[in-house]
Amino acid sequence: MRKASGDSRPGRASLALWHVAILAILFGVWYALTTPGLVDEAYANKIAFFFGRPLQVVKVVIAWFTSGKIYPHLAITLWETLLAFAIGSIFGLAVGLWLALSPTASAIAEPYITALNAMPRVILAPIFAVWFGLGVLSKVALGVTLVFFIVFFNVYQGVKEVSPVVLANARMLGASRKQLLRAIYLPSATSWVFSSLHTSVGMAFVGAVVGEYLGSAKGVGYLILQAEGVFDINTVIAGIVVLTVFALLLDFIVTKIEARLLVWRPRTAETEAL
Amino acid sequence: MPTAAGGVTRAGTIVLAFERVTCAFAGKTPGERYTAVADTSLAIGEGEFVSVVGPTGCGKSTLLNVAAGLLAPSSGRALVEGDTLAGINARAGYMFQADALMPWRNALDNVTAGLEFRGVSREAAAARGREWLARVGLAGFEHRYPHQLSGGMRKRVALAQMLILDPQILLMDEPFSALDVQTRQLMENELLELWSSNRKSVLFITHDLEEAIALSDRVVVLSAGPATHPIGEFPIDLPRPRDVAEIRLSPRFVELHEAIWHVLKSEVLKGYAQGKR
Repeated sequence: MRKASGDSRPGRASLALWHVAILAILFGVWYALTTPGLVDEAYANKIAFFFGRPLQVVKVVIAWFTSGKIYPHLAITLWETLLAFAIGSIFGLAVGLWLALSPTASAIAEPYITALNAMPRVILAPIFAVWFGLGVLSKVALGVTLVFFIVFFNVYQGVKEVSPVVLANARMLGASRKQLLRAIYLPSATSWVFSSLHTSVGMAFVGAVVGEYLGSAKGVGYLILQAEGVFDINTVIAGIVVLTVFALLLDFIVTKIEARLLVWRPRTAETEAL
Repeated sequence: MPTAAGGVTRAGTIVLAFERVTCAFAGKTPGERYTAVADTSLAIGEGEFVSVVGPTGCGKSTLLNVAAGLLAPSSGRALVEGDTLAGINARAGYMFQADALMPWRNALDNVTAGLEFRGVSREAAAARGREWLARVGLAGFEHRYPHQLSGGMRKRVALAQMLILDPQILLMDEPFSALDVQTRQLMENELLELWSSNRKSVLFITHDLEEAIALSDRVVVLSAGPATHPIGEFPIDLPRPRDVAEIRLSPRFVELHEAIWHVLKSEVLKGYAQGKR
């Protein structure tokens, strides 16, 4: 909301400046606290043991990318994320549509869905490791259990909230039951899937990384696990930094895709350039 | 002046008829019942434009939903060209009061939806869709989504969406009530023009008596709910073609308005009193 007496919000350029400044300050404090000479050496080493040293972290990241060592691990993590997202979404969409359109099935399934959703599903990771081994599949399975419920609940809600007037109109225009599914329920449900895209892609990513962390032979989570085993805190933090940047990148791509797919969605105060 | 409810229609074949239709709904508490429409008989002839007026909330839309086959009456039946209606009325087009366009389809794809459901090829459907959009004055708006169109434009798309299927019966549920007065009169004139070029039977629901008289061949007055039923029928003998804005000033219009309002007024007051309670 704009205030009448001038806008107190910073502009685009100064906002970017603020973002960079805060990052620089955090980095500076981190550097200062872990460098012998600026603080007492014993303290500096102790803090560095727990928090790592910023320059070392940067060095590890640079080494990863220049040597190319990180790429196969990133590729595996990305592949797991995409598979988990795709499979989880398709299952969620199918089951959501089915249960929303069949009251009997939904009444029967309801307690089980609630129980499965309430269960902390990360705990399934060891079981998946036993079932599917330490490869890609066990991570995908974990991601699918996370993505499925987000998509499922969104689709279920989406179908339940299809406007009755739009539905009646389509029936008057001669749509059969099958055509209603294709022309009304599916587009309405997919729009809900897309609006939950950020959350579900994020969850697929969490599933992949946590799966890797709990037992794997490849992936960024595996790198972190390895480094942790030898108390190489710098590498652990480097892994976290890479994952964070990667997650931001995924989110950015999702935003772009969303804007393309949901052109029909009304936005508030939309104006057109002449 | 008013004839017996549902008795006489003007000469010509009857296309749509209600035969002693009653619609009762289950109330909030078990055992409680709300009768929206009671024992209503009404007939619409071929090419006839019939308006139904009544106080708000009197069950006008219920009657229309019965004619559309969206709602099965508790007793009685609806007849389409002499056949008892069961299921969706395939010979009718329905224009809803609320926005009924699919928000995820652009104007053209909305207009061609009915053709698509009937298995018409994409190209043929698109060609006819463009033609109809042009006919309702929306050439060049094919690729706009409903939220990018004004209220009046959305109504035009809905009109084209209904008329492209060439239904024999048009069911219209206060289609223009959400529009401002100017747009509304324009739309009413456009509707009359489209209708006169290819006369369909129209059942038009409204709470606006002036709109009803300006458009119709016959106006049916409904009583206030519950248990709504027709309490008067008035043939409108105004000459066509009409301009809905100008015809309101003609002396015959004023006469008719006065006569119908005389019957309608007490029902409106009843409905108002119920609404206040």
